[in-house]
Amino acid sequence: MIEIRNLTKRFASYTAVFDLSLTIAQGETLVLLGTSGCGKTTTLKMVNRLIEPTSGSIRVDGVDVMKQAAFELRRRIGYVIQDGGLFPHYTVAEAIATVPKLLDWGPEMIRERTNELINKLRLPQTLLARYPAELSGGQRQRVGLARALAVRPSIVLMDEPFGALDPFTRRQVRRELFGLNELRETTVVLVTHDVSEALELADRIALMDAGRIVQVATPDALLTSPASDFVRDFLDDKPHRLHD
Amino acid sequence: MTDFLTFVREHADKLLEQTLTHIGLTAVSLLLALLLGVPLGILISRRSRLAGSVLGIAGVLQTVPSVALLGFLIPVLGIGVGPALMALFLYALLPIIRNTYVGITEVDASVKEAARGIGMTNRQVLTKVELPLALPVIFAGVRTATVINVGVATLAAYVAAGGLGEFIFSGIALSNVNMMMAGAIPAALLAIGFDVALASLQRLSVRKLRIGAVAFIALMPFLSAFYWLPIQQDKLIAGFAHEFYGRADGYPGLQKTYGLNLHPRLIDQNLMYEAIRSGQVDIISGYSTDGRIQAFDLLVLADNRHAFPPYDAAPMVRQVTLNRFPELGQTLNLLAGKLTDSVMTALNYQVDYEKQSPESVARTFLTRVGLYKRPEPRQRSETVVMGSKVFTEQYILAEIYRQLIEGQTSLRVVTKTGLGGTQICFDALRTGAIDFYPEYTGTGLLVILQPSAHTLANLSMQSDSIYDYVQHQFHQQYQLNWLKPLGFNNSYCLMMRRDQAKQLGIKTIEDLVNYMER
Ligand SMILES: Nc1ncnc2c1ncn2[C@@H]1O[C@H](COP(=O)(O)OP(=O)(O)OP(=O)(O)O)[C@@H](O)[C@H]1O
Ligand SMILES: [Mg+2]
Repeated sequence: MIEIRNLTKRFASYTAVFDLSLTIAQGETLVLLGTSGCGKTTTLKMVNRLIEPTSGSIRVDGVDVMKQAAFELRRRIGYVIQDGGLFPHYTVAEAIATVPKLLDWGPEMIRERTNELINKLRLPQTLLARYPAELSGGQRQRVGLARALAVRPSIVLMDEPFGALDPFTRRQVRRELFGLNELRETTVVLVTHDVSEALELADRIALMDAGRIVQVATPDALLTSPASDFVRDFLDDKPHRLHD
Repeated sequence: MTDFLTFVREHADKLLEQTLTHIGLTAVSLLLALLLGVPLGILISRRSRLAGSVLGIAGVLQTVPSVALLGFLIPVLGIGVGPALMALFLYALLPIIRNTYVGITEVDASVKEAARGIGMTNRQVLTKVELPLALPVIFAGVRTATVINVGVATLAAYVAAGGLGEFIFSGIALSNVNMMMAGAIPAALLAIGFDVALASLQRLSVRKLRIGAVAFIALMPFLSAFYWLPIQQDKLIAGFAHEFYGRADGYPGLQKTYGLNLHPRLIDQNLMYEAIRSGQVDIISGYSTDGRIQAFDLLVLADNRHAFPPYDAAPMVRQVTLNRFPELGQTLNLLAGKLTDSVMTALNYQVDYEKQSPESVARTFLTRVGLYKRPEPRQRSETVVMGSKVFTEQYILAEIYRQLIEGQTSLRVVTKTGLGGTQICFDALRTGAIDFYPEYTGTGLLVILQPSAHTLANLSMQSDSIYDYVQHQFHQQYQLNWLKPLGFNNSYCLMMRRDQAKQLGIKTIEDLVNYMER
């Protein structure tokens, strides 16, 4: 569970996030949706302290994030970014083993977990010895996900994880991924500006504009009763919604 | 070519020692530069405000010419390994700091953020992500530093730190191409070898590069150890100028005549005196009337067996001039025997160290020997032109001659000082551009007459016989006259600190040989 209270972030004089409050329940998938530059990434990174808030508080599973060591907090929170954020000098196997090793897992345990993950994510065994430069974009993305899920974190943060993929692959990867049991019990905060993605994956959508939340609701509620013209326009304006 | 190979074969031992020393110097300085440069590079990649000044300082150090850098370091670190290592270390620093810094800052920001985002500590981000990814760039810096250092390490030979520069600089001093090449070719091969080896390491994948880097760093202390291989150490340590070490009438002559066998360190002429003063060496080569003998309280060892050819000074005058002004010859001969070694050394000392003018030193001297006369104010219509080479002793002699001639005769003296070396003076004299200049018998013999090895071998190296030979030959070949010798002999010599020589009871080169063999 993540509880965000009156969160504000200023960069010099520019306010990227203003007085934002939001509670995300255990096991829920919450999508942060909004136009470019509205503060989605900033909000997300404050949860794992890659950005420190100017004011307000964030509690993860009841504990204030500022009251714990950043690296310990981050090891308990999966983090996925666009194109995977893989290290060029780590093989797929090493990438998946990164966080388990940080947490001192034994080699046997790591091997079991790696096999489990690549099976679930449909990554062929032969990929394990390859470097990121030798993978396709979709494969890199899946490896990035596998790395984030390796230690079964209760929370996963994803920042446009499918952003670099073509629309077809994007749909395919995200269906596979969100079809996993693994993610069912996991709290997921996903940032996107792709409306169809948000509608498909979200339990609830938080629609943002200029650093504030405009409306938080389930996809259905958002479509049927938009809180403002902005919300309606934002959801309407996307032609590919018709294909879903 | 065969000469070259013969030289290399004959000096194989020395060459091997120099090469190992060279590698050792390069490796030690590189290791030190890595130990400081990599952490500094990391530091400034963390605190970008420091980056400008640190890179700036390292950059300025890099632009100081190597000889000047050694010059700055010698007063602080003395001579020997200290200044050589320090200079090499300073040169290697910039490429290593800069490439560490650039390598780290150029790691993709999203990769660094992902590393922090999945829970790596700052140290883990550095050691597991940034450094491995920066390694190829750091390696490129090490490669640059290595090649620079192999080159600069030749200068170690200036400060008695050994290395391949010994042959290079001796070869240059002696115009001995084979000797120069025997140093230059291995130095070039070393540079190319290191470059190729490091280049191939650099091309390895990041993973293998890590292994390569570990191997390289492990190899460094091993290579460094070459420097400390037991070098032969004598009871007394000799420091010789490169030229003296190589010239047939220098150290080789000494070996032949006295059977003296030393393991001399080679060092720049002008640094030798500082080296013996500070006790870093005990015996140096030099010239017997150098003012520094007095300044540094040195003792010239007597050369009773005449290993060093005599360099007796005497005025050399055109026969034509002597015929025209017979009084000139008589006047110049007034000085015969008046300027002994110790007198000349003292005069040199007064000018070089007490900063007196050659003019006043000359007048005091002439007054003391009773030859000074105030020039009578009279019409001087006849002129003689006097030349001199460009060093203190010759300036003083020129001044003595001028005052002597103007005091004793009605001739007017025009002085052309600063005629450079022997060849220029000699040519000026032969063509009549000057009428006379002071020359040394040994120089006349070995530089101008250049008799065959056979003739030389049959010549007795006593002052008198050389003087007679030179006088006769010059008169016959060039119509030039050597007047009577001034009395001092500015030849090669060996010297020691006076107190040490006294304590060990060494007065002559024979004493030295006996002491060393005891
Ligand atoms: N380090 C920073 N310094 C100054 N301004 C920043 C910084 N990071 C972000 N911003 C500004 O804050 C605002 C919000 O940025 P943020 O990255 O959260 O946007 P976003 O909603 O994720 O946009 P996108 O969909 O394009 O990724 C932007 O206007 C951005 O320019
Ligand atoms: Mg963003």
